[in-house]
Amino acid sequence: MSASVELENVCADFGSFRAVDNVSVTINAGEFFSFLGPSGCGKTTILRMVSGFISPSQGVIRIGGEDMRNSRPNQRPTALIFQNLALFPLMPIWENIAFGLEVRGVDKKKRRERAEELLRLVDLPDAADKAVSQLSGGQKQRVAIARALAVEPAVMLLDEPLSALDLKLRQHMRAELRAIQKRTNVTFIYITHDQGEALAMSDKVAVMSHGKLQQVASPREIYDRPANGFVASFVGENNVLTGTITGESGGSASFETALGTFAARLGPGAGKESKLYLRPEHLRLTAEPTAANRIPVEVTDVAFEGNFISIHTRDATGKALVSEARNDGRSQIPERGARLFAEFDADQAVILADGTPARKGEPA
Amino acid sequence: MSDMIRRYGFTLTSTFCLLTAFWLLVLVILPNLYLFENSFRPYLPVVDIGGPKDVYTLKNYLTFFDSPIHISVFIWTVVYSSIVTFICFVIAYPLAYYLSKVAHPRSLPTLFLILTIPLWVSEIMRSFAWFIILSLKGPLNILLIDASVIEKPIRWMTGFRSVLIGLVYTYVLFMLFPIFNAIQSLDTNQIEAAEDLGSPWWRTHWRVILPHSKPGIASGSVMVFMLSAGSILVPTLLASTSSRWFTEIIQQWMFESNDWNTGSAYAFLLLILCTLFVTAVMRTFRVKLSDIAR
Amino acid sequence: MNRKSDWLFRAYLVIFLGYMLLPLLVMGGAAFNDSRFPSVFPWVGFTGQWFVELWNDPRLLNSFKNTILVALAVVALSVPIGTAAAILINSLGGWARSTLYSLMVAPILTPGAVIGISTLLFWNRFSVPSGLHLSVLGQVSYISAFVMLLVLARLQSFDRSLEEAALDLGANHPTVLRRILLPHLYPALGAGAAIAFFQSIENFNVTLFTRGPYDTMTVYVFSKVRSGITPTINALAVILIAVTLTGAIAYEIARRRKQARLDALGPPPSDDE
Repeated sequence: MSASVELENVCADFGSFRAVDNVSVTINAGEFFSFLGPSGCGKTTILRMVSGFISPSQGVIRIGGEDMRNSRPNQRPTALIFQNLALFPLMPIWENIAFGLEVRGVDKKKRRERAEELLRLVDLPDAADKAVSQLSGGQKQRVAIARALAVEPAVMLLDEPLSALDLKLRQHMRAELRAIQKRTNVTFIYITHDQGEALAMSDKVAVMSHGKLQQVASPREIYDRPANGFVASFVGENNVLTGTITGESGGSASFETALGTFAARLGPGAGKESKLYLRPEHLRLTAEPTAANRIPVEVTDVAFEGNFISIHTRDATGKALVSEARNDGRSQIPERGARLFAEFDADQAVILADGTPARKGEPA
Repeated sequence: MSDMIRRYGFTLTSTFCLLTAFWLLVLVILPNLYLFENSFRPYLPVVDIGGPKDVYTLKNYLTFFDSPIHISVFIWTVVYSSIVTFICFVIAYPLAYYLSKVAHPRSLPTLFLILTIPLWVSEIMRSFAWFIILSLKGPLNILLIDASVIEKPIRWMTGFRSVLIGLVYTYVLFMLFPIFNAIQSLDTNQIEAAEDLGSPWWRTHWRVILPHSKPGIASGSVMVFMLSAGSILVPTLLASTSSRWFTEIIQQWMFESNDWNTGSAYAFLLLILCTLFVTAVMRTFRVKLSDIAR
Repeated sequence: MNRKSDWLFRAYLVIFLGYMLLPLLVMGGAAFNDSRFPSVFPWVGFTGQWFVELWNDPRLLNSFKNTILVALAVVALSVPIGTAAAILINSLGGWARSTLYSLMVAPILTPGAVIGISTLLFWNRFSVPSGLHLSVLGQVSYISAFVMLLVLARLQSFDRSLEEAALDLGANHPTVLRRILLPHLYPALGAGAAIAFFQSIENFNVTLFTRGPYDTMTVYVFSKVRSGITPTINALAVILIAVTLTGAIAYEIARRRKQARLDALGPPPSDDE
């Protein structure tokens, strides 16, 4: 079972501080949906409003089309996975998992059976009678998921559940979460500040900043077609050039900067206060000039990262530019001090409006 | 409050509030207000209560201020309670330090269990023990004579001497435990850092450990002073005619004269004394009430 | 810490333990001395007669029964009150919290005589005569504060997201309290009940003013001491000490067993499978 979640003009105020500012978004049933943003952007507040621990100060939240205004947390078809997991330390594992069934009056034998079934689902078949303190971080993670699944929620809410794990395990759990979501077809709403997690797992990502939605789109679109400067610089790396638009034609424009005038794609909302965003992997370094968009640079540092090589350069004005190249095992690594040209294609550079408006109650 | 209702629901939240309100209003605030009010009413025969003579008056307090004996008893109670507090601190501080920072942590639960045995054996038994020990033909005198420290038995139970001994014995643990808790919360690295920087032991105590244990000392002092000044058992058992305690005068008003109004005035004076002491301690040690009572 | 000072501290600890325990020993010894006046010197001879006399004292048995009844009533009232107050204060902040906190701990810092007299006068106003019920109310007024402090301390280590997790899984409020919060508080509630019980047994000052014509053990012993001292009091003390010691030793054994169990249970596995 699975349900859609709709937020309509939702605001959350704490005193004069507006944590969530007029957010409207529709999350389809069965979708893996992530809210991505820096800490304090309001994403956890959204999660707590959907689960019912906070009431919106304005707006409506609907789950499966039903207005949730008068439903308390224990009446909503949601299950929340907490950042610290919140496993009950005084109950054995199986009672933790069966707790949701216990409060629904399911008899003990059935509860136990269901708990063991779920433990098999999350690949912990022998853990039923263990204590919470006897499990490792990854195992606790899976118990938390099993506990949430036990109540057969229509919507699963996950509050940065992977943040406490180490890198290797985190990557493993990403795939596992995704697999569980596909298997159960429950709507997942995932909160994270880690763009890698959001991009890798989600069907759709909402990027948030200062309580406002910046963009809602598929991971690919978020990365390739950022809606504004904030999304461009928060998701992935960017070289940013300041300047002014001098001429427009169709979807592209010429952009005048201290380093010269470049042709680039015109992003949504680009106006007077715009900047040019250029991904490091789209910046090629060549010994001889080949393209119209080029900047003469000097290599200042080369960082070998394994699967890619990051080359730091400086142009004539002292502006730092970073270029990244895949390490295919054959590519040449330039020397420090080498004088090269940094080139890019017009359709891979985008001109976007700069920055995001400050939220209500916050000093500008 | 709305957070509480969300967590515990309306019924449970109101139950919590009602229980707390019952405690604070019915058991604490109203009785004390009534004590205060009553201390300003004259002591009257039953027929006159509510009659024209039943007016507010300062008479009960004037009784105290007109009686040099009562004033002197009050002052001696304050003086000796302060001395008891100070002695308890001197005894307890080194021990609290030893237990919290030097002794092996594994032995602590056992040590504390042994230390609390006198606490479980009630206060009256503790003072009674000293009544036996300090009596003229008691074990202390016999021991001292056998060891040729003294030739003739000493009459211990005269003046405030025996009261002092009894109060210190009865309440020293109330000083020990809070100071222990305070010193234990001090990061041992700080002590080692001070020693590493060349500080002699007394300076480490004076500059690092003692300041950190302030809340504990404040808490212990308040408890010991209050318990001593308000003690009834120890002075009754161990005092002589020359050493009366303020609580004994309160008892006289309550039980012998049956004058509850003057009794409440005197009780209120005791309450003011303890309040002043708490305030003074909070000021000197610059601690809050939440640091004192833990 | 050098050796010399460590040795000094140890000596000090031993002296202090002696100072705490020897008086109890003297008192216990006097219970077996065949002398009409309680003392260990001169040692007249061993006797058990003071225990017999104690047993044959109906007032004592009666006062013992009263003490236990009062103590049970105090536990029954102060544990719920202290717990409720701790939960309430824990979800408050700012001035409301500090004001309530001060009000709650004030009774601990109030002399027992003042509590006793104010309770007596207040209830007399409503024509409630003095008696053990007033002793209970008077004792509850300050013993609740001890329970509150214990529970509040325990609440500090409570992860509030556990309550939210339970609510989120569909539990109703009483279930959250019964299955999540109270189990976490049990150690503090147990300790609170024990402290309340012993504080009540040991209480003299509040009881003296509120008891009316009834005796509790402390009051009875007090009247015995005043009217004419006999070693029966020492015999009673011996029984009290014996009970305490038994309890203490039982507790210590239980604690060591638990410690050993904890030591046996290793740390949790790591994730490097």
